[in-house]
Amino acid sequence: MTKAVLAVVGAIVAFGVRGWTGPAVVFVVVVLSAWTAGVLRRMAPFALATLPLVVSILVVNTFLYPNAHDAIATVGPFSPTWTGATAAAQATLRVVAFGLSAALFALTTPVDDLLVELERRGLGRRGSFVVGSALGAVPRTLERAREVADAQRARGMDTEGGLWRRFRGLVPLIGPVLFGALAEVEERTMALEARAFTAPGRRTILRSLPDSGWQRAGRWLLLIGSLAAVAVTLATPVRLP
Amino acid sequence: MNAGLVLVGASYRYAGASKLTLRSVDLRLDPGRVVGVVGPNESGKSTLCLVVTGLAPGVIGGRLQGSVGLDGVELTAMRPHELAQQCGLLFQNAASQLSNMAATVFEEIAFGPCNLGLPAAEVVERVWWALQTVGLEELASRDPARLSGGQGQLVALASVLALRPRYLLLDEPTSELDPAGTEFVAAALERIVQETGAGILLVEHKTDVLARIADEVVVLDHGAVVLSGSAAVVLADPRLAQLGVEPPGRVRVERAVRAAGLGWSAELAEAVE
Repeated sequence: MTKAVLAVVGAIVAFGVRGWTGPAVVFVVVVLSAWTAGVLRRMAPFALATLPLVVSILVVNTFLYPNAHDAIATVGPFSPTWTGATAAAQATLRVVAFGLSAALFALTTPVDDLLVELERRGLGRRGSFVVGSALGAVPRTLERAREVADAQRARGMDTEGGLWRRFRGLVPLIGPVLFGALAEVEERTMALEARAFTAPGRRTILRSLPDSGWQRAGRWLLLIGSLAAVAVTLATPVRLP
Repeated sequence: MNAGLVLVGASYRYAGASKLTLRSVDLRLDPGRVVGVVGPNESGKSTLCLVVTGLAPGVIGGRLQGSVGLDGVELTAMRPHELAQQCGLLFQNAASQLSNMAATVFEEIAFGPCNLGLPAAEVVERVWWALQTVGLEELASRDPARLSGGQGQLVALASVLALRPRYLLLDEPTSELDPAGTEFVAAALERIVQETGAGILLVEHKTDVLARIADEVVVLDHGAVVLSGSAAVVLADPRLAQLGVEPPGRVRVERAVRAAGLGWSAELAEAVE
């Protein structure tokens, strides 16, 4: 739960505190934590996942920032501005800092620990199952895609080589992966019913995670501190860099 | 009271299907008995399991005609979680039966009992019993996602057993097992019947398993029961091969011996067994 709160605090500070300070602090803390935890390299795909959003932020802000006149250059009808570029860079840092904060949480928290904790705190069996299924769906789908790709390769399909060839290789994968996943939904629904998933009352929770008084106090402190920092930067004349 | 799991004239059509998948099936499963079900592909064996557990039409829809009763009560009058404690179903695809929410085999097997809200001590006791019954104690701490097909099948079976159902519906429980694993499951099923008095409906292509543990055998074809009776008689019926079902090894040997003009004796039969 402490790690979940840290991720939430990361989001609050990255997006709520004005200026560069908020996202920069989150970014530095997250990178250092990831390095200490030995998961820094594994965060690369998560950082890449923010790329489409980052590109759109950069393009829109740099070229279309409202009421900005400090043009960097003018190329035909396009006039990128320094104001826009600065705002774009800051927004990018916010997105990347938040993305990495969420990634750090995902990479350092076993799914079953998270589910146990959420259920213990009253999320309910359906809620925790939805969370668990969503988190488990990604590796399952990748596994299925690998199996289908292996099967297609064994039948002579070429999935290696240039970009176009790889793209063409993807097409025969889509059907089996998608329809297989859809067929699995019905089977899983039946399997859950056959395992008394819809029984009334609370589920038995077999284990509980250690949660010291210090951790609880730290969580409250972090939440209150982050909200206070946001309030200070929004409601007072204090200007952070 | 009319004890047992009883189908009378049960017909079932999947939602959106134009043809019946089960046609007027009569079948009876009593506690402590093993009824084997064989038949070619698409003969309705898996659908029979879904109907007998109330999942069809209860969960997946479709239309059921006739009667499916459990100890005199119509299944349609029971709720899914009540049925789960009465009729445990092992699916053909064991992987889809696992919850994918557990980090260990132990927790995976505990998923069902935990759903019932049983006291933790009872959940633990049931899980160890189920693990011992299928011989998987040493896998208790393993990740269920990293098991072989056969191990996954046994974990799925243990997860059904942990609900302590009075009737077990097993859809090809040995399909992914090697001969040693098959032998192990057959012995475990015999033990379950003796120890718990559960009734077992066993869909199984391996007729040697049925010859060993089934009291009765039902043969399905195109959704209808075409042969039924004691296991010894049905599994020796010459029509079995025409229906795409391979007879047990003992029957094949006996036929070969007789075809060769040699005498078949009780001693020889015992030796083949």
